[in-house]
Amino acid sequence: MGRQRSLADLSYTLVIGTLALLALLIIVVPVVIVLTTSFTEGRSLKFPPTGFSLQWYAELFDPVKSRQIHRAVYNSLEVAAWSTALGVLLGSMAALGLARSRHKLARVGDSFFMSPLVLPGLTFGLAALMYFTLIGLRPSLNLIIAGHMIVTVPFILRTTTASISQLDPALNDSSQSLGASWFYTLRRVTLPLIAPGIFAGAFLAFMASIDNVPVSLFLSTARTDMLPIRMWGMMESTLDPRIAAVSGVLIAASFLLMLIMEWTVGLTRRMRD
Amino acid sequence: MTKAAEWQLALPLALCFVSLFLAPLLLLIGVSFFDDDKITQPGFGQWVKFFGDPFSYKVIVDTLLLGVKTVCATVLLGYPLALVYLDAPPRLQKVLIFIIVMPLLLSVVVRTFAWIVMLGRDGVINQLLLSLGIISEPLRLLQTELGLVISLTQIEMPLMLLPLISVMSRLDPNLRDASAALGASRWRTLFTVIVPLSMPGLVAGCLLVFASSTTAFISQTVIGGVRLIYLPLLIWQQSLVVFNWPFAAVASIALLVSVLTVVSALSWLGRRSSGHLQG
Repeated sequence: MGRQRSLADLSYTLVIGTLALLALLIIVVPVVIVLTTSFTEGRSLKFPPTGFSLQWYAELFDPVKSRQIHRAVYNSLEVAAWSTALGVLLGSMAALGLARSRHKLARVGDSFFMSPLVLPGLTFGLAALMYFTLIGLRPSLNLIIAGHMIVTVPFILRTTTASISQLDPALNDSSQSLGASWFYTLRRVTLPLIAPGIFAGAFLAFMASIDNVPVSLFLSTARTDMLPIRMWGMMESTLDPRIAAVSGVLIAASFLLMLIMEWTVGLTRRMRD
Repeated sequence: MTKAAEWQLALPLALCFVSLFLAPLLLLIGVSFFDDDKITQPGFGQWVKFFGDPFSYKVIVDTLLLGVKTVCATVLLGYPLALVYLDAPPRLQKVLIFIIVMPLLLSVVVRTFAWIVMLGRDGVINQLLLSLGIISEPLRLLQTELGLVISLTQIEMPLMLLPLISVMSRLDPNLRDASAALGASRWRTLFTVIVPLSMPGLVAGCLLVFASSTTAFISQTVIGGVRLIYLPLLIWQQSLVVFNWPFAAVASIALLVSVLTVVSALSWLGRRSSGHLQG
């Protein structure tokens, strides 16, 4: 019996261990491979790369040769910044309004605001394109900002609502019973305590906007090109080797961002909860 | 402002959602009931055209199956990784969670591009299999469903792992010790204790992976190519290449309904299983 059990346990360790290792490899290896290939000397993206050079990075940072890519990066950053700013303002207000409400409508409102997370983004992207076109609006970055705000505000709402529900209601009551106004309580008690939650949500919303495909696919045009759509174009027909350099830059940027977020708000802890 | 009037703070966002989210979706439904692409002749023509064509059913079934296959692959690899995370010492846990979350922050387009390098004719996977002697000819992996499922497994993996780990780390470790002390093997403990208790996390992960992989336009078009047709590609072709908006509207409603049906069925199952445990 003891022998049987140790055999079973051994098979458990082997099977689970192998599968977990495979999972780790499948997560990590492609990222490492892309980083390595981006330094290739050759004209094609092969692994292992032939030689070492920064030629694709040099071409990527060349303001003339890569003007379109730079334009797409600026557009993406601008849209992400504005849609996140709007989302933080409207989303944290809504979270403050709904999180403490016991009304049945508050639950309805909450699920309504969260629904862009489950709704296929392409359906909303197409719907937004038809809507803006039929009411006579010309394509512009503003429309993309509006579309991104809708699909990214759920992230802000979720983390902010979670922080508010962890607040001790006694803090609010004691502040008000000591004579503080509603606004003063908000400014001096509530906001400082929920700020990390808002910040984490804003970070997730910003990243989601930078990476958004379904809305940008329908709302962006040649003039309002967005980075993921441009990158898609670089992969679609013939493979543009600069895509490896763009990927390298994005990998480094997300790695850095992740370290910063871990030190400041403990991002991984927040995502696990 | 009094406490009772706090709900009014939600009004600006509600206004935005009604005018920028609800109105476009209602308009989309409206557009689908027009026969011609100039949107002048009301009628059910496009619905008849879409649902009268066996090709549409094939595309819908393929799209849903792609989601199911990706979910199966992420569970098969992700669940063991979550178990290892659970048993790991805190320091290793920190490293693991970093590795797991990192791809989530990395652009989907970059992750898709990585798989072009991996899956190509002389890509990493073919080189590895050839050098190990498992195959004698390079496999065709790009523009096949197998290649697409492999890529989506990596691309969607964090969406499976985060809810799983979040639920599993709240499990009482005594339960596992008790099961072992009562003589259960680790396999038995896994299937009778850990799996049932982690069901809410597993269901949440499956939901996210399914919804995301069925609508992953970039991965589907770049890895799958134009010969593997899924609903997102069909919607894109019809709306931005052929400019038949009413037909694209019907196809995107089909996407919405089929994905939401599976998602709500799964979440109903999830609620039932957790209710069963508590009851």
